[in-house]
Amino acid sequence: MNRLIVWFGELTTPAQLYRRGLWFLLPAVIWILGLLVIPGLSLVALSFAERGQYGEVVWRFNLENYARLLGYGIFGWSPDTILILLRSLWVAFVTTLVCIVLAYPLAFFIASRPPRTRYLWLALVIIPFWTNLVIRTYAWQMLLAPDFPFAKLAQGLGLLAPDAGLYPSPLAVYIGMVTAFLPFVVMPLFSSVERLDWSLVEAAQDLYASRIRTFFQAVWPQTLPGLTVGVILTFIPAMGMFVIPDLLGGAKYLLVGNLIQQQFYASRDWPYGAAVSLGLMVMTLIGLALYRRRGKDVDLV
Amino acid sequence: MRLNPWVGITAIATLAFLYLPMLAVAVLSFNKTRYGLQWSGFTWDWYVRLLNNPDILEATRNTFVLALVSTVIATVLGTLFAIALERYPWPRRSQGFLENLLYLPVVTPDIIFAVALVVAFGAFRMVSSLFEPGLFTMILGHVTFQIAFVALTVRSRLKSLGHDLDEAARDLYASYGYFVRHVLLPLLTPGIVAGAMLAFTLSLDDFVISFFTSGPTSQTLPLLIYASVRRGVTPEIHALSTLIFLITVLLVLASERLTRR
Repeated sequence: MNRLIVWFGELTTPAQLYRRGLWFLLPAVIWILGLLVIPGLSLVALSFAERGQYGEVVWRFNLENYARLLGYGIFGWSPDTILILLRSLWVAFVTTLVCIVLAYPLAFFIASRPPRTRYLWLALVIIPFWTNLVIRTYAWQMLLAPDFPFAKLAQGLGLLAPDAGLYPSPLAVYIGMVTAFLPFVVMPLFSSVERLDWSLVEAAQDLYASRIRTFFQAVWPQTLPGLTVGVILTFIPAMGMFVIPDLLGGAKYLLVGNLIQQQFYASRDWPYGAAVSLGLMVMTLIGLALYRRRGKDVDLV
Repeated sequence: MRLNPWVGITAIATLAFLYLPMLAVAVLSFNKTRYGLQWSGFTWDWYVRLLNNPDILEATRNTFVLALVSTVIATVLGTLFAIALERYPWPRRSQGFLENLLYLPVVTPDIIFAVALVVAFGAFRMVSSLFEPGLFTMILGHVTFQIAFVALTVRSRLKSLGHDLDEAARDLYASYGYFVRHVLLPLLTPGIVAGAMLAFTLSLDDFVISFFTSGPTSQTLPLLIYASVRRGVTPEIHALSTLIFLITVLLVLASERLTRR
């Protein structure tokens, strides 16, 4: 450890270098360990505990919370919790899919603008994303209210009972989710579209490929790096989303996020809440692992 | 590049779809009626009332105190973290661990983050009453997710700077302290400012972590809006939301300007 080294113009020893480096490192590391890693691990411990009579935590080891997560309650098996977990996956999946479908035209449109105005269009996509999510969500609540044109139109077409609104409903949740996450797909996709090699598209057209085939064989593969980032940035947060289903979904369309929130507020059942959180974390990690395998060369940030 | 006109039409329609909610809120903030969505004339009234509403003023103050204090702490810690990661020869395994630690706050779903903080503060409360839910616990929570974003931004700046100037400074007998103050920090400033701006906007924008860590006296604007959505929105809330929207736009444009230079 005491051998001398030259570290970028500085004559020093590894021990000295580490000692100084620790001053830079430790504050942030201790902060993150103390307020995220250790609390996260205590969440694991908590999920094996039990809820006491008054909502306090009783430290008696059992697996009941996980049994409940799989649907085994005091009244036998019911699909309710599994349904909530699957619904969260499904909502995240549909949101991502709709975002992709809408992001392609938008990314191509922006890329086709002259360079001078291109960043202006790009800014137009990002600005709503910087607006507080609570505000955007309640705005949709208003837009989907019974006496607004959208609901009136649906009422007129007979899709909706007179005087009924379009929220709370699954549709409202999807609309809220798509508007919340669309910029996350458009931004990385745009960076791929901007670097697209158009000669491949021309070649495909010269060889009489149909439009659909041109898209899927000459364009789609080239945009995959950006698309992968967009999918990750949408799918993972969409699974744990809590504000949008809470404000737009109503009591019948609960997602995992709402279930967790209920355990920590209304039901005061922290151990069960911890178990549900870990369920969500496992789904997130699986998602990330899939991403690592598919898109290794893509930077997240 | 020639595009099918439908691509353009879909793109514009999608953009309109993104802006529709904010537009509706902005229009209604000038509407005279207190209840319902019927248009009955233009008024500035709701904006004037905002300035006389003690709850809203209090929440505004809390929001900015929270964002400022947590941004300052997170910027210092994040910058140090980035320098440590990028400029010190950590053994390979610890480097991997630190790397994961850096990305952890970014990839953890915020609801899990929030719940973990609730549990942690619950445990800390047994030691000190300082950890009663309030502005202090909110600051601790915000810093935790901000550190990573500051560190990532500063680190990308460090990477693009390279080591040449470090080496030149030390070759010319700059002490480490002198080098950090007069060479490294000035060079890093654009990255640090960009990171701080990002951290600041993230804090202003945060709802979930604030929701779980706040106490009765530490209402912030997003929490206030959420609470009033549950009770029934008033035009004052529309006015407030419109103002927040405009301020965020200005902040984003300003940070864009600053980082472009």
